[in-house]
This record gives sequence, C-alpha cells and structure tokens, in this order.
Amino acid sequence: MISIEGLSKIFTADKQKLTAVDNLTLDIKDGEIFGVIGYSGAGKSTFVRLLNRLEEPTGGRVVIDKQEITSLNSRKLRLARQEIGMIFQHFNLLWSRTVKDNIAFPLEIAGIAKAEREQRVQELIDLVGLSGRENAYPSQLSGGQKQRVGIARALANRPKVLLCDEATSALDPETTNAILDLLVDINQKLGLTIILITHEMHVIRKICNQVAVMEKGKIVEQGDVLDVFLRPKQPVTRKFVQQVMGSSEEDDDLQLLMSTYKQGKIVRLHFIGETTNQALISQLAKKYAVDINILQGKITQTRAGAYGTLFVQMDGKAEEMNKAIQYITDETSVEVEVIRDAN
Amino acid sequence: MLTDLFANIDAGDLWEATYETFYMTILALIGTCIFGILLGLLLFLTTKDGIWQNKYINFIVAALVNVFRAIPFIILILLLFPFTDFLIGTIRGPNAALPALIIGSAPFYGRLVEIALKEVDKGVVEAAKAMGAKTGTIIFRVLLPESMPALVSGLTVTAIALIGYTAMAGVIGAGGLGNYAYYFGFQRRDFDVVFVCTIFIVVIVFIFQFIGDFITNKLDKR
Repeated sequence: MISIEGLSKIFTADKQKLTAVDNLTLDIKDGEIFGVIGYSGAGKSTFVRLLNRLEEPTGGRVVIDKQEITSLNSRKLRLARQEIGMIFQHFNLLWSRTVKDNIAFPLEIAGIAKAEREQRVQELIDLVGLSGRENAYPSQLSGGQKQRVGIARALANRPKVLLCDEATSALDPETTNAILDLLVDINQKLGLTIILITHEMHVIRKICNQVAVMEKGKIVEQGDVLDVFLRPKQPVTRKFVQQVMGSSEEDDDLQLLMSTYKQGKIVRLHFIGETTNQALISQLAKKYAVDINILQGKITQTRAGAYGTLFVQMDGKAEEMNKAIQYITDETSVEVEVIRDAN
Repeated sequence: MLTDLFANIDAGDLWEATYETFYMTILALIGTCIFGILLGLLLFLTTKDGIWQNKYINFIVAALVNVFRAIPFIILILLLFPFTDFLIGTIRGPNAALPALIIGSAPFYGRLVEIALKEVDKGVVEAAKAMGAKTGTIIFRVLLPESMPALVSGLTVTAIALIGYTAMAGVIGAGGLGNYAYYFGFQRRDFDVVFVCTIFIVVIVFIFQFIGDFITNKLDKR
C-alpha cells in the first residue's frame, strides 16, 4: 500500500545541516494502523509531512497506492493530496467557518457540487458523532469535538490513507481514548490505512497493529506491537514500554516481596497476548489445591491480547503447586518463572 | 440662540462640506482597501518561507511602501499634482483629492494587512495545503476570511487617518469640512465655523469607529 524507500530530509539553517529524516525505508500494509513513536525532535513529524510532501524530501521515494508521490508535479500532487487525509495536534480548523463549513472545505477544494457536498457533510457529521453541532463554530467546541471535526474533514474526500500528526497529544486521557476508539472504528468501517505519529506509548498499545520507533531520524526498531512490547531491543523502546508498564522499579520490589512473603513460592506470570484464558487465576485455584495471593503486577490490553506481568504467591502442597505451574505452561501462552521456590 | 452663537454658519455650505468629506473618505477608503490588500498580500506571500517567496519583489514592494509612508501627506499632495491633473483632469475638488488620499493611505493599510495575515494560524494554511488547495483557494478561502476581523479593524484605523487627510487636502482646495473650516472659518476670522467643522469631523470619526468596531465584533468567532 505505502512503500517508502531511502526517504531523507535535511534542513539547512545558518549553513548547518540537520538531518531530520535519515534514509528511511518502510512498508505499510493496506488497512493497517501503523504507529510511529519517538521523542520530540526524533523527526517523526517531519516524516509524516514528507508523505504528502508538505515538506519536500531531500531524497528517496514515497509510493502510496501505486502512485509515486515524490515524482508528481504540483497539479497532480494537489489531486493526490485530496486522497490523503491528515489530522493535526492542534486541529487546525478554520475558526471563521462553522463545523459544517469546515467539513465542506475539502469538498469545495475538490470541486464537488453543493447538493452533494451537503449530503456528504451530513454523513460525516453522523460518522464522527457530532450531530446537533453542525452550526457551531470551533471556538464553541471542546478539544475532543474539534478533533472529531478534524477527522470528518480529513475523511471528506474518501481518502485511502489517514495521516495523524500527534492527533491526541493536546487532549486529556479520556478524550484521547474516545478519539482513538473513533479511529479504530473508521479503520474497520472504511478499511482506511492509518499512519499515526505519537510520543505516547499507550496510544500505540491501544490501537496500532505495527509500530516503528524513531530516534534521530532513523527507525531503530519496528514490528508487531506485541512483539515490541514483549521484547524491546533498544533502550529508547524500553523507555517507551515502561511508560505504559512502569517496570523500572521491578527489581527493587522483588527483594521486598521475597522478604515480606516468606511462605510458598513466588511466581512471575508473564502475559504475552493471552486471549483464550481470561480467568487464569481463579481456574488454578479451582483445579488445584493451591492458595494464590496476587502480590503485584500490571496487565494491559493490546489489540492482540493481554500483555503484562503479575507476581503471585502460591502456597500449598509441593505436588499441587508443580501441577498448577505445569498447567499454565502447557495450556496457556503465559510464561511462568518461579522466582523463589517453596522452602 | 444657536443661530446667534453660530452666526456665520450657512447650513447649506456645511452640509455640502460634510457630504464632500464623506464622499472623499468613502471612495478613498474603497481604493485604499483594494490596493492595501494587494500590497499586504504581496508583502506576505513573497516574504521568506512564504507561498511565493521572492526576495526581489518583496524588497521592491517593501521599499515602495516605506517610501510612500515616509512622505508627509501634505507634501505628497503637492508632489502628485501633475499625476492628479493627468488622471482626473483637474487639481481642485473632491475627485482630485482621491489619488493622493489613496496613494497616501494604501501603503499604511498594506502594512496593517501584512500584520493581519501574519497572525493567521500557519497550521490552518498547512491543513489547506494538505487538502490539495490551490494558492488562490488559500488566499481567498483561508487567509482573507481568517484575518477578516484584523482587516476590518485595520481599515477602521485607516479610515480615521483618511478623514484627517481629507481635511488637509481640503486646505489646498479639495473641498470638504477642512476646506470649509479653512476658507470660511479661519481666513475670515469666523471661528464658530472652525469650531462646528471640528465637531462634525469628530462625530464622523466616532461614526466610523463605531461601525468598524461593530463589524469586527460581528465577524470574530474566535
């Protein structure tokens, strides 16, 4: 769907060269929600602007849906841009236009007749859940509503790709979740490919299939979201995973756990996309004569299932405990690690 | 009693002078608006990182604007006499004042337009580009509508400066309240005429300011 080859962008300011995007190669599949994460200054905003040439690339190729964006002349580029929706961190709505007229703007640009425009605008308003607010001005809307207008506007010309530049970074957590749900919804309903730039790992966790981690203009790590969560290779990726999991203090906690809970085994359960066996703990307690005490942990849901770590204290007869552990190993995808055996 | 106090005022003359002041101000304002927006757009678009970035055009326009703003208005009228004569066919009367009024105030308004356009959120222009908008669309559907309150309040400021200019032009024969105050008031030592003309000009200024503020507030949906 989207293939990017050797894409780079070098800014020259005061005779100093700054490589914002450095020889980047990437393939994004049709209908995927592809996340790009990085700290500010990593070049991710420049990267997304290179895709529709809001920034002119210094080198490399961008092909979207068999059309080579990087070789289009300005007239054809304008037409191509009508098929690439984009939403922004600060929404970038026209304050002088109502919700309806903001959404109609890309349709005006595409030269669509008034009657058809009005019908399409109404469809979009329903799609993003803004019915009743058609005639409001942006200043009368909340942040989440503004982004809904932004999304409706971006979808107006039925694009194949939606670029999201920090689309939820100016929103509070609850509104962020609502907007992310909306993105997933349109991704499924319209089969739209979404490229999403963010510095928040929970955004990636919540909606992305694939993730690329950017640092200093390069992609340092890329893969399935779950894989990257599970086996972060680069230090920067580990930091991002910790944003969600908060596992940096785990080792200290472990010492404390072992000294506090002197009875039985202490076991670490590692959930890696477990979806089939939701009620694992209660099943163990029912099936085997063991007592299970949840000590600490954090489980989070990704689109591919549960991911996280749980520390439990297990007590009972040694034989029963071993059976229980065997069961987890054999029947589920949860990884078991006995940190301290029963003494 | 009022007629005693303002014994030298001829109501017909006063109304005609008021009419001429309005006539000059409004026509000059229309011209200033058109040329000022053109100059402002040119300055804004040709600036560094602008849509039509062009060092040379930007330099030339900026230089012209600065030169014409630097010339005192009374001297500008005198300088433009040959041009006015050629264009209007006379150097007397309200019509003859128009070229000088427009040339005197368009550069000023042009700068105000440039400032107004700079205030437009760059993100909105970027969004329009990302939608595939042409430059014309960006100018007429984004830049101008989004800066409209500032354009109108700038025009109000310009209109008030223009009223002052018409009075100055009046003194050298353009008609209007300035003309009336100078020839029928000052030169005949009839200061009641000067006084009434002053009041009328102040009232006209208030009217323009009021209308300008009203429109600005109506337009501003931020």
